Parts: sequence; structure tokens; C-alpha cells
Amino acid sequence: MNKPEQSTTNEYIERNCKNTRYLKYWSAAWVVSMAITLFAPMFVWDFNTLLTIIGVIVNLAIGFGMLLANRVYLRGLDEMQQRIMFDAMGLTLGVGLVVGLSYEMLEDIKLISFQPEIGHLVIVMCLTYLGGIISGRRKYQ
Amino acid sequence: MKNRLKVLRAERDWTQAQLASALGVSRQTINAIEKGKFDPSLPLAFKAARLFEMSIEDIFQDEV
Repeated sequence: MNKPEQSTTNEYIERNCKNTRYLKYWSAAWVVSMAITLFAPMFVWDFNTLLTIIGVIVNLAIGFGMLLANRVYLRGLDEMQQRIMFDAMGLTLGVGLVVGLSYEMLEDIKLISFQPEIGHLVIVMCLTYLGGIISGRRKYQ
Repeated sequence: MKNRLKVLRAERDWTQAQLASALGVSRQTINAIEKGKFDPSLPLAFKAARLFEMSIEDIFQDEV
């Protein structure tokens, strides 16, 4: 029996690299558009309503593009990598829900004096997702 | 689930990367399957069976 060709792996790796690159570009564009949407009304166009609405629409459109790029990326992974991502996303959803609601409740029951920020929850979810991926990779190592 | 993937691969002098190449998955996935840490899907098992020209049962065995 002949040795299998390397071409499929190269195709798999190339496809993954391409999908990762697209996801990276879309994510970067989304972050930039988010910054523009947030800061430009204050520092560039003095809260001009039309420009601000355009900024929000562009930000949402790029965000949707990022979601599609993420979908393509996930579908391009092999079944074990998809399982790792699936587990990490499940964990993130659970932690986000539990921590988010508890965090919001802390102010209501006067355990914290500041207003809970959505950004804090996003950080917790990002760290959980990262931890989930690392733990999944170690599990299947 | 037990499997003979590592033995079959070694008999043919293939690397994990080459087998991954032929099956269209990552090398890490081949490594996890060989170590019994990840059970492949039926389509992937069929693909492996076709590649080794064997039946699925000759490659993968249930651990009951």
C-alpha cells in the first residue's frame, strides 16, 4: 500500500489558516468599528445623529460579518477540534449566565456600591472560553 | 473504544501527519484517537476503514 499523500493535510491546514486569518481580520475590523462608534461622536463629529447612526449600523454589519467568519472557522475544524470548541462554548454560556446574573444581583442586595459593567462579564466570558479551550486541548493530548 | 490505528499505521510506516493528511483531520486528532482519548465519528471511521482496506470492526473495537 502506498504512503498517503500529504496534500489533504496541507489542504486542511491551509483551509484552517485561511479561516483563522479571515476571522482575525473581521475581529480587528469589528474592534476598530466599535472604537469609532464609541469615541467618534465625542471627539470627532460632536454627537451628530446621522453620523452616529451610520457608525452603529456599520458596527453591527461588521459584527455580523465577524459572526459569519467565526461560523466558517468552526465548520472548517475537524471533529475533535469542533468538540473542544463546543465544550468551551457550553462552559462559557453557563458561566456567563450564572456569573452575569449573580454579579447584577450584587448591586441590588448592596454588596457592591458600583454599577455592574457588561465589560466585566465579557472579560469573565473571554477568560472562561480561553480556559475551556486550553483544558480541552490538554484533555485530548 | 479500543483501536488498532497506531499498529496499522506503524505497519505501513506512515507518520501521524501522513495519516491525518489522508483522513483530512489534524495530527492532534490522530494522536487522540490512537491514545483512545477521542472516539471518531462513523464517517471518519469509515474513511479509515477504506484507507486501510479493512472493515471498521477490524480497526475499532468496543470496550465492553
